[in-house]
Amino acid sequence: MTATRERTLPSVVEVCRTRAGVELKEFFRQRESVVFTLMFPVILLLVFGAVLDYDLGHGVKFTQYFMAGVIAAGILGASLQNMAISIAAERSDGTLKSLAGTPMPRSAFFVGKIVQVLVVTLALIAILLVIGVLFYDVDLPSGTGWLTFAWVTTLGSAACTLLGVAVSSLCRNGRSASATVTPVALFLQFISGVFFLFSDVPAWLQTVAALFPLKWMAQGLRSVFLPDVLAAEEPAGSWELGRVALVLGLWCVVGLALCVRTFRWQDRGTD
Amino acid sequence: MSSPTAVPTASAARRTDVPLDPDAAISIRGLVRRYGDSTAVDGLDLDIRRGEIFALLGPNGAGKTTTVEICEGFRRRDAGEVRVLGTDPATGGRRWKAELGIVLQSGAGDSQLTCRELLRAQASYYADPRDPDEVLELVGLTEKAGVRGRTLSGGQRRRLDVALGIVGRPTLLFLDEPTTGFDPEARRQFWSLIRSLRDLGTTMLLTTHYLDEAEALADRVGVIARGRLAEVAVPAELGGRGSAPVVVSWTEDGVRRSAETQTPTALVGELAGRLGGEVPDLTVARPTLEDVYLQMIGDRA
Repeated sequence: MTATRERTLPSVVEVCRTRAGVELKEFFRQRESVVFTLMFPVILLLVFGAVLDYDLGHGVKFTQYFMAGVIAAGILGASLQNMAISIAAERSDGTLKSLAGTPMPRSAFFVGKIVQVLVVTLALIAILLVIGVLFYDVDLPSGTGWLTFAWVTTLGSAACTLLGVAVSSLCRNGRSASATVTPVALFLQFISGVFFLFSDVPAWLQTVAALFPLKWMAQGLRSVFLPDVLAAEEPAGSWELGRVALVLGLWCVVGLALCVRTFRWQDRGTD
Repeated sequence: MSSPTAVPTASAARRTDVPLDPDAAISIRGLVRRYGDSTAVDGLDLDIRRGEIFALLGPNGAGKTTTVEICEGFRRRDAGEVRVLGTDPATGGRRWKAELGIVLQSGAGDSQLTCRELLRAQASYYADPRDPDEVLELVGLTEKAGVRGRTLSGGQRRRLDVALGIVGRPTLLFLDEPTTGFDPEARRQFWSLIRSLRDLGTTMLLTTHYLDEAEALADRVGVIARGRLAEVAVPAELGGRGSAPVVVSWTEDGVRRSAETQTPTALVGELAGRLGGEVPDLTVARPTLEDVYLQMIGDRA
């Protein structure tokens, strides 16, 4: 009887598709995550864009500068904050343990999370660019600018996704993850040239910011949104795209190593 | 303080010298698991046959969940041999997991997905799943098919956990305290669900705190105390219950009396003769499963 029922397990690709669907529904149906991750950067852009539209010189308005910063901050939220909080919550409420007890290939779980980050990030970038263009006359990148835009956002969100997964293991549950990660993210936003000009940040805080990915994402994106004359305002006097790639790439390696070492499918002390 | 003489039935449960049973659904020899200085499971032996419902009883901290979760592949062991459906859980892959259904004590988590969506997703991990709508029907959640997981009541959520556990058409189903939080009617419904799953050939390992549940469902029960299996028996014979003295109680001269006897019928006959007909307030009782259970874990605790 069992012989007639013998069938092959579904392919990894099929299960990945299921997991992607599950992750997207989990995200977009949860009001907190949609408001926190998607709406918050949009509100920031609307408010800051309306208030801080002063001239940076060379005919460039702050909104043009802020566009790079708010996209970088949005990516941080959609990847690092989103992953840290949602995975910590799923670990503490038993979702992960329950999945680990099924024949779901474990890689499919991570593919689902990556698809979620990818879709949320693309949606967020699209919304921010549309608002920037419609309300604040933001100039879109041109030609090779888009190429730089693509690799900075991809590398940045890869690094932040891996870090988010790693950070989730440090937190007891979703609420404690939120309480841990949100203030750190806010602090990094203040010192990484998101809300203020990076050149106005005190030198020692610039050094602190330079240790983390957000500053480098914002800087890489500024090279796309600002005219090259403003590169002189950067700490190194140039956009340092090589270093942007290097630091974000290093964070990818560190994040991956931390994930591999620390990821757990169940609460601590129950292995 | 547990001396071997205080455990007359323990020798029946000690079978470390007997080899693993490759045909059993679960076969365990000399299982040991320590957490720091404390030993949660201390040389446990157990065989669960294919097709039976086996209930594991024991107080909190006796090692029930540790044992079950080692079998499910969630926890590692410090010593001993374990085979679940012929495979060592420490090395079991996807194909092995596809044969299992697991209902965890902690449940399957919160979700924004509806019951039907959750079951469809879960079904898609298995080679030969049951139809999600049939499973919803089986656990009595058809009306809640379109309702999100996290908005269900406690009892409904537990039924959803069970539905998720059986949708993959498991050969072996683990149920860790499945009816906690159920009202009496929901528990009866759940019991009939379990019986119909047994009729479909599913082997089940059940842990529970409800002795009436073990008695109603289990083909055999095992009592675990201090990390060892104290006894394995059919529910009616656990702790020598089948041959234990019967307690006969009655009222005589306005005083409540009782006597233990191996021959209750003779005693009742004698009482009827002495008291001239109907014996006031007569009861004849064998020890309940709860009585023998409490005595067994009391001996060991």
